Amino acid sequence: MKKHPLLLVAAAFLVFAAALSPALAAELLVYTALEDDQIPVYIKSFKEQHPDIDVKFVRDSTGVVIAKLLAEKDNPQADLVWGTSGIGLIELESVGLLEPYAPKGVDKVLPMFKDSKNPPSWVANNVFETGLCVNELELKDKNLPMPTSYADLIKPEYKGQLVMPNPASSGTGYLTVAGILQLFGEEKGWEYLDALDKNMAMYTHSGSKPCKMAGMGEFPIGISFGYRGVMQKRKGEPVTTVFPKEGSGWDCEANALIRKKDMKPEAKVFLDWAISTPAMQEYAKNYAILSEKDVPGFTVPEGYPADPVAQLVKIDLAWASKIRPGVLAEWEKRYGAKSEPKK
Amino acid sequence: MPEIVLEEREGLLSRLSGALSELMAERWMKGAFIGLIGVYLTVLVALPLYGLLSKSLYDKTGAFIGLANFTRFFSEAALFSSLSHSFFVSMTATAFALPLGFAFAYCLTRTSVPGKKVFRAMAMAPLLAPTLMHGLVLIYLFGKKGLVTKGFFGAAQALFGVSGFDIGLYGATGIIIAEALYAFPPVFLILSVALSMTDARLYEAAEALGASKFRIFRTITLPGVKFGLVSAFFVSFISSFTDFGAPKVVGGSYNVLATDIYKHVIGQQNFSMGAAVSVILLIPTALAFLANHIIQRRQSAGVAAKAVPYSPGINPARDRLAFLFCAFISLLFLVYLGVGLYASLVDVWPYKLQLGFRHYDFNATGGGGYAAYFNSLRMAFYSAVAGCVMAFGAAYVLEKFKEFPRLRQFCSQLSLLPMALPGLVIGLAYIFFFNAPGFSIEAIGLYIPNPLNGLYGTMALLVLSNLIYFHTVSFLTAGTALKQLDNEFESVSESLSAPFTRLLTRVTAPVCLPAILEIGYYFFVRSMTTLSAVIFLYSADLPIAAVAVANMDDAGDTAPAIAMCMLIVVTNLVARLLYGFATSGLQKRTRAWTRR
Repeated sequence: MKKHPLLLVAAAFLVFAAALSPALAAELLVYTALEDDQIPVYIKSFKEQHPDIDVKFVRDSTGVVIAKLLAEKDNPQADLVWGTSGIGLIELESVGLLEPYAPKGVDKVLPMFKDSKNPPSWVANNVFETGLCVNELELKDKNLPMPTSYADLIKPEYKGQLVMPNPASSGTGYLTVAGILQLFGEEKGWEYLDALDKNMAMYTHSGSKPCKMAGMGEFPIGISFGYRGVMQKRKGEPVTTVFPKEGSGWDCEANALIRKKDMKPEAKVFLDWAISTPAMQEYAKNYAILSEKDVPGFTVPEGYPADPVAQLVKIDLAWASKIRPGVLAEWEKRYGAKSEPKK
Repeated sequence: MPEIVLEEREGLLSRLSGALSELMAERWMKGAFIGLIGVYLTVLVALPLYGLLSKSLYDKTGAFIGLANFTRFFSEAALFSSLSHSFFVSMTATAFALPLGFAFAYCLTRTSVPGKKVFRAMAMAPLLAPTLMHGLVLIYLFGKKGLVTKGFFGAAQALFGVSGFDIGLYGATGIIIAEALYAFPPVFLILSVALSMTDARLYEAAEALGASKFRIFRTITLPGVKFGLVSAFFVSFISSFTDFGAPKVVGGSYNVLATDIYKHVIGQQNFSMGAAVSVILLIPTALAFLANHIIQRRQSAGVAAKAVPYSPGINPARDRLAFLFCAFISLLFLVYLGVGLYASLVDVWPYKLQLGFRHYDFNATGGGGYAAYFNSLRMAFYSAVAGCVMAFGAAYVLEKFKEFPRLRQFCSQLSLLPMALPGLVIGLAYIFFFNAPGFSIEAIGLYIPNPLNGLYGTMALLVLSNLIYFHTVSFLTAGTALKQLDNEFESVSESLSAPFTRLLTRVTAPVCLPAILEIGYYFFVRSMTTLSAVIFLYSADLPIAAVAVANMDDAGDTAPAIAMCMLIVVTNLVARLLYGFATSGLQKRTRAWTRR
């Protein structure tokens, strides 16, 4: 049987294409809870260094990202997680979803901002902490003084003026509660939360909502996270971010490699880049606390305290993750059922 | 001439057996259709849900724990409050939505109110925008700084001497307002289909016998739409019962069952507790099933084969009253959309009130911008076309075929199930089911690779999730229309040994055309706006407008988020206009029989 010359050409082309394909752009699927407008800015230096790696993002709020990763557990889609809550990643680790990996330069990352095992399962980029978003105009309107501490928040004049996220729905809510329990100790901590509850207008399901409500003047004081208030101020809202004197609870935006059948080497390249100096310098524009010391050219962004690390409550994230179910059950028992909005 | 006789006899025999085999073929063909619907619903509803709900019997690590999740749920103090809150807001919202929806549908079908087309379009207004906009509009109107609360920036004080009025939005009040608004369009949809199909002869007879208007209403109108009323009640109650969008945005700390699911799944990633609460959420629905089923059995057709269509005469007083009522409701919805538009134009609410279009430039924000918008447009279009076929097809096959009753009943119940599930639950169930590389049945040591795995992360799966999520309302709308067509049509068709396909294409589908078109429109609108199911299913290559809205809002870009909502609203309005124009000609032709 005579072979068709075209067929031969086609076969040759196929072989050629197959040989060529490894040189084509590799594709990475990254799940992230970073803010949507941060991603294109952050990723620029990665694109410059690695034009051959095509990165795709699925971005959602922390709860959705973690839930999605857990739901996809038996057939993971993502190659890695970038900039997502450390407490959430510990949750993923507990079901064996993370592949330990020590990215280049991990030694520079402070011990409290990475997994304690070696190699670590997760490594943080930056920290976010409890911050009070206070609407100056509304406060003036109501003749209320600017609160500066947790102790201020339970004063009777703030009754009905506070909003905070429900820790059972929101990571921000939980890091605040965990921070308070660490600060005051368990017994005093719950006593404080009882008093705080008396002043609380309502609990929201999203961590950024209290700050947005403060920005809109709905309620003058929203317990939220620092970055949120700082950013709203940048956008022109009359919001001052107050970091409570006693200290702030915190969590970090961290990265991890997902354990799956064929893990791509490019995922490690990405994780190396994620804590490299050019990336850190970008995080530094939004956050006051980076996971590394001595990032070249770092200055604390406007709106944060001068010594932001001193602001953090001493918390071990693994501990915060471990006690979470118990704390939430207690929280629901105390405040979950009495949920009529207070007038 | 015996040969000829023989030939004749053979001819008769072969004709007889031909007819018999045709009959058998028809039976099997119908069976195949019922089977097809069965497979469709089993694969897209029963199996994914079974996969998710069975998790309620396991703990987080996957160990079997029996009913422990339920005992935990029932021992928690918050349970009773969530459950009773859910009942309270759903009943109250339904108590508003049902009479209002009925009155609105009544005005449009049984009076000669002018501007019917506009009113009909307005009735869908609350569904035109994503949840986020509802929450914000309510806050802009009734929040602490809202237009109503603050008396329109003091304008009310200056003009009428009344200061603002605080309704105490956050909590039950806000949820009830939002849920009643959501429930209004489907209630209206179901009831207007029910009311538009009636036999004028009954009214003529009643009038001739001197029955009073009230008596006619009580003894003809209401019984005639009994099935529609039950369906509408069921739809309104369940949609309020399962929605978590409104409680999340304006509910404050008023906890309901749906937000409990949110807490467990999104807040704590505890799927097994989430599944347990979902099962509890299903119980009232199961009861509603039962009620529905009992009433359905007693339903007889309102439109007999000999029916004469009802056409309301002119009655100035009645029509004026109807106009006032419809205009009032429409005005409320217009204000609602208007506030949304206003919010998208204002610079910084409520401090810098300059207007401008800067929020419509999505380059500065994330979420996918216009690409996401066009993806949503495609998704909604596919969902509308496929949804019409599947929802009407399912209703037709299950309602009009008499073969395989058990299988049909099974399918009917599966058709009602999606209504009872929050989108969140459907989204998660679909991840578990479609992303699984295969299923192992441990009892018999069998492993089946998942043939549907390839759908994961594709447009097709997004469309399928919409088809299922919005199936029930469409199925009920189609069912209401079909039930009111006398089964005599089928008997006559059968006795003429015409194939059912001819009856379907010549009579049933044309008569039900308004219902079919409404269904397509409903699918389009809901697919444009829905978030809770697709947020788990979209992929990096397929940004979706509603997800972009959520992401922008997350990033604090509230005004651009509302701007995107307004794009969705405008798209839905344009879709409505196109559908109106394209179909009015068609309707004139195919529904000429409804006019005298």
